[in-house]
Amino acid sequence: MSYIPTREEIIEDHDNVVYERTCLLTDNALSYCPGCGHGTAHRLIMEVIEEMNLQADTIGVAPVGCSVLAYDFMNIDMQQAAHGRAPAVATGIKRLYPNKFVFTYQGDGDLAAIGTGETLHACNRGENITVFFVNNGIYGMTGGQMAPTTLPNMKTATSPFGRDTETMGHPLKITELVSHLPGTYFVSRQSVHTPANVRKAKKAIEKAIQYQKLNKGLCFVEIVSNCNSGWKMTPLESNKWMEENMFPFYPLGDIKVPK
Amino acid sequence: MTEEIIIAGFGGQGVLSMGKILAYAGMMQNKEVSWFPSYGPEMRGGTANVTVIISDERISSPILNKFDTAIILNQQSMDKFENSVKKGGVLIYDPNGIVRHPERTDINIYTIDAADEAAKLGFKKVFNMIVLGAFLKLKPLIEPEYMRKGLEKSLPLRHHGMIPENEKAIELGKSKVHEMLVLS
Amino acid sequence: MKDIRLMKGNEAIAEGVIRAGCDGYFGYPITPQSEVLEYLMATKTKERTGMITMQAESEIASIHMVYGGAAAGKRVMTSSSSPGISLMQEGISFMAGTELPCLLLNVVRGGPGLGTIQPSQSDYFQAVKGGGHGDYKMIVLAPASVQEMYDFAKLGFELAFKHRIQVMVLSDGAIGQMMEKVELDEQVPRWTDAEIVKMHPWATTGKTPDRERNIITSLDLNPVKQEIININLQKKFKHIEETEVRFERIMCDDAEYLFVAYGSSARICQKAVMLGRERGIKVGLLRPITLFPYPTHELAKLAKQVKGMLSVEMSAGQMVEDVRLSVNGAVPVEHYGRLGGIMPAPDEVLNVLENKFIKNKNYELHTH
Repeated sequence: MSYIPTREEIIEDHDNVVYERTCLLTDNALSYCPGCGHGTAHRLIMEVIEEMNLQADTIGVAPVGCSVLAYDFMNIDMQQAAHGRAPAVATGIKRLYPNKFVFTYQGDGDLAAIGTGETLHACNRGENITVFFVNNGIYGMTGGQMAPTTLPNMKTATSPFGRDTETMGHPLKITELVSHLPGTYFVSRQSVHTPANVRKAKKAIEKAIQYQKLNKGLCFVEIVSNCNSGWKMTPLESNKWMEENMFPFYPLGDIKVPK
Repeated sequence: MTEEIIIAGFGGQGVLSMGKILAYAGMMQNKEVSWFPSYGPEMRGGTANVTVIISDERISSPILNKFDTAIILNQQSMDKFENSVKKGGVLIYDPNGIVRHPERTDINIYTIDAADEAAKLGFKKVFNMIVLGAFLKLKPLIEPEYMRKGLEKSLPLRHHGMIPENEKAIELGKSKVHEMLVLS
Repeated sequence: MKDIRLMKGNEAIAEGVIRAGCDGYFGYPITPQSEVLEYLMATKTKERTGMITMQAESEIASIHMVYGGAAAGKRVMTSSSSPGISLMQEGISFMAGTELPCLLLNVVRGGPGLGTIQPSQSDYFQAVKGGGHGDYKMIVLAPASVQEMYDFAKLGFELAFKHRIQVMVLSDGAIGQMMEKVELDEQVPRWTDAEIVKMHPWATTGKTPDRERNIITSLDLNPVKQEIININLQKKFKHIEETEVRFERIMCDDAEYLFVAYGSSARICQKAVMLGRERGIKVGLLRPITLFPYPTHELAKLAKQVKGMLSVEMSAGQMVEDVRLSVNGAVPVEHYGRLGGIMPAPDEVLNVLENKFIKNKNYELHTH
């Protein structure tokens, strides 16, 4: 009679492992709301850094916003930058450590409102850094205020009757904008709300990290994400709303690829 | 010995560089020196002035309102600095373009027709060196060999070929300075 | 043979940082300090020592580039003049919160607002009392000569790394623009990346298996922890107050009256001391070299000796507050300042001292 292993033994048997959390994520519980895309984005970036064996060469820059505590979850050396300044901070690091892998992780308010100048100029100079841009069209951390990427007529805490583009301006397609600058090398927009999209996003992240070694310019990956809390929806509703409203305005796919 | 000098004129007359050459020469002769310029929009077409101090001792204030010598190269500077010359001090000016000549009787006043002399040479760039020659005739603080070193130090290498012309202009200035007779 | 040159203050500090082994300069042009960036660019720092010189898109970007480099353990700096330094306050506060070493240069011009490009000392409060948000101090060095502009580059980096603090060289348009003799010293080698890992174990140089990850952050949302962070910062400032005070006494030994002045005002007062002695007035000068930490004890000692102190600054009266705090009412303290970019003359400040303390009987009534 063959031996039947216990449940615990099956779990502990490493041959049975089909998926493991990357060791580049810490044991700290994520501070993001359940259903939010940030956790997946963190995981993908850390997985790729682990797979490329870059931990010892990586310096990350965290923004101000929901991901201000990114360094609590990413098991790499990190600096926390002032609001919007991450591309300048990353520039400082990369210029002094040209052989390290340097990236920023920023939200829409950080990257496309208060940090627009730093973003555009780092892109325009062609800094050899990688920018991960999570766009959920709202200020999540501060409680759901209007962001530069908030869609027309979208209701937020500071546009309670909907974003009136006449007085509040239009949503800023900063990813398209930076793709026109000669300093950017690879620009892509992805999402992480379905397994298929997660796989595509991971490919884009891989390229954005790989290409930094070429010293050909800045790599920029936008991840359009949901903010179920800020949008006041369930996670499922928010993903559906994102597909129906965000994607038509922020279409997914590579925007600029190396020739 | 401490000599406190103001050089003032139009931007473009070489006021700042004259001061610089003097300061460099002083330094090469192992003196303490300071060079404090007017700066900013004033320099662009307006008036320019520089305070140069050459001393055997550590220099206290590089910023002064009374001078041993004033070298004055336009009317605005005459109006501004005539009264800043210490009693018994020296005022050197180029009468070219001056409509109101100095009036003080308690200082020694000299003229140098530097603009005319430079025009005669057909080499307007040495204008400021002619003026500097006039100053050195009256205040021989710097030995000629150190003047040469000062020129070498302050002129960019590509202009070193012009050093003999500059030295000649300094000698010309020494011979062309005239004392104004003061009717007291 | 000694390497002696005639240099502008701005050029001298630029040469100074190169020779102090600086790794990176990030800056933005503004009068009257643009010569710093110009000199560094012209001298090809990358070829000379490997130092990076970069013109940023703004002062804000400059200070945050400095933040990034400092957080990775490098000797980095920026320079600007008053309006630009105001823009940098965000980054300076973040560096205070993360205890990052760096060298900052403010070649002060008159304000408020765009003000003037002429020399001023009206940024004393901003530099000494903490210009950005939060409870913090920087070490503030006040050069009074072109030689000190040069010397304070190396000293500034030494102090910055010794205490993990921001060091500001508080100069002004006069010191920045004037030329004096400068004696240069040997090149200090730049640190190698391996040396940085060894010397600055806190720096974000890439997480290796032999240590935990390094995090540079000023954020802690737990008030109990945040209070401890702040208490530790204050302990550091206290230690600096106890160990790093620097000043110069000029003819103080027999002085009956005292000028207190820093930077270019101190040079003017030095001449005024000489003129005063010629007039038979026993006057001296105390020149604070560090504005934080301030020479409080030295002034308290001198307060027992002199009949009056005149604080001379090109401001409406900023440092005079520290003079008054130092002497704590023991002796009359007056202020004299010129504003808007005007520099006082030596005889002008001497006349003020004479009028306030010697000729005016009212002041006699207040003396001991």
